[in-house]
Amino acid sequence: MNYNWNWQIFWAQAPDGTGVYFWWLISGLGWTLATALLAWMIALALGATIGTLRTTPLAWVVRLGNAYVELFRNIPLLVQMFLWYFVLPELLPKALGDAMKQMIPPWASFWPAVLCLGFYTSARVAEQVRAGIQSLPRGQHMAGTALGLTLPQAYRHVLLPQAFRIILPPLTSEFMNIIKNSAVALTIGLMELTARARSMQEFSFQVFEAFTAATVIYICITLIVVFVMRWVEKRVQVPGLISAGGAAMAGH
Amino acid sequence: MFAGFDFEVIERSLPFLFKEGMTFTLTLTAMAMAGGIVFGTLLAMMRLSSYALLNAPAALYVNLMRSVPLVLVIFWFYFLVPWIGGWIIGAKQPIQVGAFWSSVITFTMFEAAYYAEIMRAGIQSVARGQVAAGQALGLNYWQTMGYIVLPQAFRNMLPVLLTQTIILFQDTSLVYVVSIVDFLGAASRIAQRDARLVEMYLFAAVVYLIISYTLSWLVKRLQQRIAIIK
Repeated sequence: MNYNWNWQIFWAQAPDGTGVYFWWLISGLGWTLATALLAWMIALALGATIGTLRTTPLAWVVRLGNAYVELFRNIPLLVQMFLWYFVLPELLPKALGDAMKQMIPPWASFWPAVLCLGFYTSARVAEQVRAGIQSLPRGQHMAGTALGLTLPQAYRHVLLPQAFRIILPPLTSEFMNIIKNSAVALTIGLMELTARARSMQEFSFQVFEAFTAATVIYICITLIVVFVMRWVEKRVQVPGLISAGGAAMAGH
Repeated sequence: MFAGFDFEVIERSLPFLFKEGMTFTLTLTAMAMAGGIVFGTLLAMMRLSSYALLNAPAALYVNLMRSVPLVLVIFWFYFLVPWIGGWIIGAKQPIQVGAFWSSVITFTMFEAAYYAEIMRAGIQSVARGQVAAGQALGLNYWQTMGYIVLPQAFRNMLPVLLTQTIILFQDTSLVYVVSIVDFLGAASRIAQRDARLVEMYLFAAVVYLIISYTLSWLVKRLQQRIAIIK
């Protein structure tokens, strides 16, 4: 029993005439990064807002924020992907739904994937932001208001700058999660990196070369993100203040 | 909005959804949890070992698994397991491994990396004096681990281990990519056969939501009950 290794396969012409297989993977990488980065912006903006609101003294806002987080955390990502792609256009007003269904191929799966990953990750970011703010000593908030800051000012100048420094490490792993989770978008037809590796395997029959290449690319992304974030952490560090923290969370 | 809703399709497919789909999902979750925790604990012990020969491969394995998407890991094992199986028993051809065992192996191997990180934190949360006391009593490594360190580590980490299992339960839906009929797969089959995507996918979402939410609520209560005041 022998597997025929053929590492030259990456330079063989791909059947769709767009170039060699290597470019399939690179274009897949491009879609992975584009999806992840756009979704991350949504996740960060929404997650920071909702996480902050969950620490305010307004009980009904806190409850609403908690419901949001529970909703997005307790439905599998794949199911959420199907809801955005298959179900949402049917439930929207007809004109809008039809417009969604008639989008040209890469965009028809790209936008639902971005929204899905963005909202899914925003719930996880919100949880980290809440934990970060609540890990600060209560005196910080009190000292802020004692100095005459309003509640928004206390958040803006005292609480959030400290909380975000504390949760940088868990946010880094959430960012890595969003890159890995973007692979789920292949189920709605987005040709990102994992999807490209799979179709390369289907056309060339070189299973292990294709998956090895994708694996190596994912590892490289991880290493780059880790190094960049380590640098960022050093850059924003306030000497003499707090190191790591955040919510102890199981996850991917 | 729900005017054209066909609730009957859900009712009609309940036996298929739960008897076949959910049974597969729950069995896979339970087996991958058991296997993952055992393998993960071994990995954690290896990572904490002072022998480079033990901790380096464990660290490599855990970091590798944690940098790759689960979907890609599922594809890897789907093709790799038959080859490795054939190689082990010395067959001429890659052997046939059923969809079930292929996915049990995949999820065990993948989740072990995550359980390992949890167990590593758990083992490190046990006070050093405990190990020293064990050694002073004349216990060897396995006895110290088995009677003193691991029971405390499990207790400290139980809520996190269970939360990870809820994630595992949700992750099993990804077997969809290799066309296995789990709960979501079953819902998806009906959805496509009867052209009832809206009803079936919403129903699947609600079922997952109820189960996961209930489980995480139970974990939260357990956490409050077993918390040790230090």
